[in-house]
Amino acid sequence: MSEMTGWLLVWPILLPVLASALAVVAWGRERTQTLIGFAGLLAQFVAALALFVQVWAQGPLAMSMGGWAAPFGIALAADTLGAGLTLIATLVALAIAVYAWADSTPEQRSGGLFPLVLALMTGVAGAFLTSDIFNLYVWFEVTLISSFGLIVLGGRREQIDGAVKYAVLNLLATTLLLIAIGLLYGLTGTLNMADLAAKVAQLPPGAALESIALLFLVSLGMKAALFPLYFWLPAAYHTPLPAVSALFAALLTKVGVYALIRVFTTVFPEGFALTREAMAWAAAATMLLGALGALAEVDLRRLVSYTVVSGVGVMVAGLAIGSEAALLAAIFYIVHSIIISAALFMAAGLVVRSAGSADIEQLSGLYKGVPWLAVAFLLAGLSLAGVPPLAGFWPKVYLVQAGLDAGAHMLVVAVLLSGFLLLLTVGRSFALVFWREAESAATPASPAPGASAALAGGGRHLRYALGALVLLTLLLGLYAAPVVEVALRAASELRAPGPYFDAVLGTAELRP
Amino acid sequence: MNSIILRTASPFLVGLTVLFSIYVLLRGHNEPGGGFIGGLIGASAFATYTLAEGAAATRRALVLSPIALAGIGLLIAGASGLASLLFGDAFLTGQWWFPAFNPELKYLSTVVLFDIGVYLVVVGAILAIIIGLEDET
Amino acid sequence: MEPLIAIVVGALFAISVFLLLSGSLIRLVMGLFVLSNATHLLIFVAGRLTRENPPLIAEGMKVAEAGIANPLPQALILTAIVISFSLFAFVLVLTYRAHRSLHTVDTEAMRVAEPAPRAARLRGRDV
Repeated sequence: MSEMTGWLLVWPILLPVLASALAVVAWGRERTQTLIGFAGLLAQFVAALALFVQVWAQGPLAMSMGGWAAPFGIALAADTLGAGLTLIATLVALAIAVYAWADSTPEQRSGGLFPLVLALMTGVAGAFLTSDIFNLYVWFEVTLISSFGLIVLGGRREQIDGAVKYAVLNLLATTLLLIAIGLLYGLTGTLNMADLAAKVAQLPPGAALESIALLFLVSLGMKAALFPLYFWLPAAYHTPLPAVSALFAALLTKVGVYALIRVFTTVFPEGFALTREAMAWAAAATMLLGALGALAEVDLRRLVSYTVVSGVGVMVAGLAIGSEAALLAAIFYIVHSIIISAALFMAAGLVVRSAGSADIEQLSGLYKGVPWLAVAFLLAGLSLAGVPPLAGFWPKVYLVQAGLDAGAHMLVVAVLLSGFLLLLTVGRSFALVFWREAESAATPASPAPGASAALAGGGRHLRYALGALVLLTLLLGLYAAPVVEVALRAASELRAPGPYFDAVLGTAELRP
Repeated sequence: MNSIILRTASPFLVGLTVLFSIYVLLRGHNEPGGGFIGGLIGASAFATYTLAEGAAATRRALVLSPIALAGIGLLIAGASGLASLLFGDAFLTGQWWFPAFNPELKYLSTVVLFDIGVYLVVVGAILAIIIGLEDET
Repeated sequence: MEPLIAIVVGALFAISVFLLLSGSLIRLVMGLFVLSNATHLLIFVAGRLTRENPPLIAEGMKVAEAGIANPLPQALILTAIVISFSLFAFVLVLTYRAHRSLHTVDTEAMRVAEPAPRAARLRGRDV
């Protein structure tokens, strides 16, 4: 493989970091920063597209930084999963950036919104595209540092409160991850994931490896918001700017889930009974408690936070079952959840913007004022619950099928029950917020005239951003076959990672 | 801090420390040292200045805002990795230039450029934190 | 040497867990700080402790002579220190801001973003 194709791996990480640096140099010049922000995100999307096309046509791809040979150097690598997730993440980030631009004040924009978003996207792409486990930790920290900056942007009291919980618990999670990596390094003497897979397979299974695997489950589970470590998410995700909430919900937990999938399919592929068992129960509990939390919640933005948690359970359930079909379902669900989490947070932000409140028991009759928002919210919500023509339906079908085949009946029951609970949640919030007759006394900010006035400024662009994501989930539901094909390829590569390992270790040429 | 000793001594201290930080930065090419530790020393020089003269004086002395300094450093470091693209090598592969007039000169390389970038990032980031804290209190 | 450092790491972990369980935000942040330092030490032990030469290649040589220390844990720890340094700078500023805007560092009392559920609030009013 020539080094030039390897550069395709560098661009999705390097372009946003350079754009972020450039935007930082233009600190305080809000229009320049915005322009650089959009240019950087667009460039990253194009780079991710080029990478995906290459990986789809030619198979896994890797490049050692600085030319240091594997397994000693740090290698970037992409298989279908890494390249595909980078592609969908950069696409959704573009829509979120449009929303963020239209929904923020000039002070927030010149306060570092776009440099931080670009830095966060650098970290996300880096995490998807690295094959070195310590490097994965570094990318986690890059996303964490930029998310710290984003969550306090605006500086309201509840933001500070939410940020404290978010910061402390995420810092704890990454430190636990570092402990796990340190112990694994002490045991195997390597950090390259392909090399780790070979070394771990040679070690006798025992308490040491099992506890390291559990430590990975705990630390990455905390990042992914898995039961019983998800409480920081509904405590923090509703506090920042709606666009920042959308970005976090779409990408940060998914990076955690991706890392879980990567670590538990390559480094600890099988034979860790206790960890697998713990993962299955945690996934089931996450699904149900997330859905129940959403059902009990009256603040629309916190309600959406709980649905994000519930979705994490579905993805991890796919990993816990572990068969090719189950991984396919998990990967499809990640793609679906990236889109739908962003769309729901955008819709919730628009509700707050048009009616001045997020309390679903006080809101009413929004359908009259903003019918397009009602339709978008309903479509996004139904997709979340997994109603047939929408994208959320297919991964759950595959997951239930895979669960029945594998005999994991508990997880199948949890998936179906949580889907039912989410449908109730969506129906309840839609009926209360949009459908019931407006009680003029209960809603101080009367929606109908106030809505159009509040949205007059950048309202059009907010609508486009939300509309694009809802359209995307509709399209992925109606034309699911291509996504299934991509997810199937990604899942089969995870189950048989030989070509990925060969690319990472540079051993492809050595084999016939 | 209002100390006449510190305020009298700080210009000399700052000058010497910045000079030393650059020495450490360049020494890092072949011996212990480098951009990170050099940057820390450089940042401590300006931190001393901030303690003696206040945040506003440091801002004036730096000309650029610390955060812009960090941005420039990041750009330099990123660009130094890009140089290997021209030669068909992997990202961040070191490239050396041995000029005809003095082939013994070992410092003209992308590696040193990367270190200079790291130096600026460290100085900029740490000063941004220190000046931010100084403004808070 | 390794068992001794391992015991130190264990003691530091115990201290940090004790601090993390405290209700004061300041102690919590201290606990995180101790935890991250314990982790750095753990990586250092994981890379094996040896009394060797610094990992530098002598002038004119292509590879280092035998008997040099393992440079990888040092690189890992340096990276981790840099990262935790910047994160803790942020968390300390955040704690200070929290103290100023919320007027408390008691984690139980920080409920601006998470108000008590409405039913509980009503019940509280009845009593």
